Amino acid sequence: MAADLPVLEVRSLGLVPYAAALETQRELVAARQSGAARDQLLLLEHPAVITVGVSGRRHRGHVLASPAQLRDHGIELLDVPRGGDVTFHGPGQLVGYPIIDLKPDRCDVHRYVRDLEEVLIRTVASFGVAAERVAGLTGVWVGDDKLAAIGVRLSRWVTSHGFALNVAPDLDQFSLIVPCGLAGRGVTSLERLTGSVPPRPDLEAVVAAEFARVFNRRIEIRE
Amino acid sequence: MPTNVLMPQMGESIAEGTIVRWLKKTGEAVDRDEPLFEISTDKVDAEIPSPVGGVLAAIYAQVGETVPVDSVVAVIGADGETVSAPAEVQDERDEVPAAASPGSVPNVSRSSQSRRLSPVVRKLAAEHEIDTAALVGTGGGGRVTKADVLAYVADRRRSGTDHAALPEAAADRRVEPMSAMRRSIARHMVTSRRTSAHVHTVFEADFSGVAALRAARSESAAAGPAPGYLSYIAKAVADALAAMPVVNASVDGDNVVYHDQVNLGIAVALDWGLIVPVIKQAERLSVDEIDAAIIDLATRARSKRLTPEEVRGGTFTITNPGSFGSVFGMPIINQPQSAILCVGAIEKRPVVVEDAVVARLRAFLTLGFDHRLIDGAAADRFLARVVEALEAGGRPASP
Repeated sequence: MAADLPVLEVRSLGLVPYAAALETQRELVAARQSGAARDQLLLLEHPAVITVGVSGRRHRGHVLASPAQLRDHGIELLDVPRGGDVTFHGPGQLVGYPIIDLKPDRCDVHRYVRDLEEVLIRTVASFGVAAERVAGLTGVWVGDDKLAAIGVRLSRWVTSHGFALNVAPDLDQFSLIVPCGLAGRGVTSLERLTGSVPPRPDLEAVVAAEFARVFNRRIEIRE
Repeated sequence: MPTNVLMPQMGESIAEGTIVRWLKKTGEAVDRDEPLFEISTDKVDAEIPSPVGGVLAAIYAQVGETVPVDSVVAVIGADGETVSAPAEVQDERDEVPAAASPGSVPNVSRSSQSRRLSPVVRKLAAEHEIDTAALVGTGGGGRVTKADVLAYVADRRRSGTDHAALPEAAADRRVEPMSAMRRSIARHMVTSRRTSAHVHTVFEADFSGVAALRAARSESAAAGPAPGYLSYIAKAVADALAAMPVVNASVDGDNVVYHDQVNLGIAVALDWGLIVPVIKQAERLSVDEIDAAIIDLATRARSKRLTPEEVRGGTFTITNPGSFGSVFGMPIINQPQSAILCVGAIEKRPVVVEDAVVARLRAFLTLGFDHRLIDGAAADRFLARVVEALEAGGRPASP
């Protein structure tokens, strides 16, 4: 039965600069579209970076820190070709970039985003955190605080970008931005909620397993 | 031939998209399937390929603009053809049938309708987020004019569905923009009121027979749990629709479209709105199969796991406010269908049987129907047939 499911290759990439990860995704999306690659889930971490989407460019006000402050913190500031506002990535996040083909049976952007939320809610549940969706706001929340952010790109229904789960990032660095332009809401992390940091391999194994379950895929681990 | 490029439907509950960037400039050549523009909806960006090869002749939706699904965002001309957008827009007018009579549904395809808009009208419609394909044009050749759009806006404001005209927030109230689903429901309901000549007829059905069937079923543990009352009603409705095709039909302009299959929509209330998944070919299913389908669709509707196909193609809808205690309702027809059944609360009521007052399990069934197509006598015959089948214990009524 399980052998009939489509394969999901899971790759653990460690610390990857944002720009390099963009390039890797671009190549994998092209390969997936041409059928040269199978569905993949990339798991990684970024050095500290603030990315600004198209809608964020009009009101830079959501980047609260000055360029000099950002330099002092060692944080890069990048304009990226996506919708959405401002996002922070940094060490201590579990970043997941699924490169999967949603055709033929999952061609619905809302459903895809809700499915990613489901993967993350189930993942953090196994570490004892009851997270939830907030109607109208993408992402995974605990109370008023965001535990995981989601931003997705589709190219002929092949996905890229994905999610960033706050495991144990330096939460102070989020104070340099208004996450996703949402004033009045904060951020939190697994560490803050549980008082401990789960080992990275355990976390990656759980998120991969939950992803495979929600998306009906069979996991193959790749080096 | 110039081809319109439309804002694609990226998901079942998605009503609009925002242009993030154009990957081609006007006058540039583009291949079929080559990425043409990028859109953004609900934290998802998508790269949209060109539907045809040719030259990008005109861009109608600029970066940052949010436009409804299916509205024209650009036009692609044939390769080598020098295209000036207004000229080609003029040419289209010849293909369009004469103006629709006031109040009727214009029998004009979406794309040709949108193509004939002047820039002023297009801009106005975009500002008010109006799907001009739903408007009846009073201009030459059925063209939608500025006055038509303004009249629609005024109408919409009166009917309270204009989300653009929100009052400002104050200490004593909260103002939120409607969700895409809410807007879609609002538009759907008002359009239906405007489109169909709604009439309602109410029958009362005795469910003692169905209750006895369910009780007998529950005693034989091997058979599994008995189907719900709604499933017996759906079965009776599917059989009656198969026998009376006019109730299962749609109006299309001056034509009547009879559907071979009974695709039964079941309205499912959600915490965040309403959705109507469809049981396809319900006339071929047993009560148990219908019951399984209802449970499956309702469960997946509530966990947002329906596919777009599963909410399309309905030919008749059943809504069940009785489950919330409503005694009977006056439902709005789910366009382009022609009738809708509303099930009231099933409860014991005093009734006169052979000159004695006895307690019987009863419910009111309301049929809302479009009098453009279905006359009162036919509606009553249909509902009588449903009631007869239910009172016969869920067996189909005699023909």
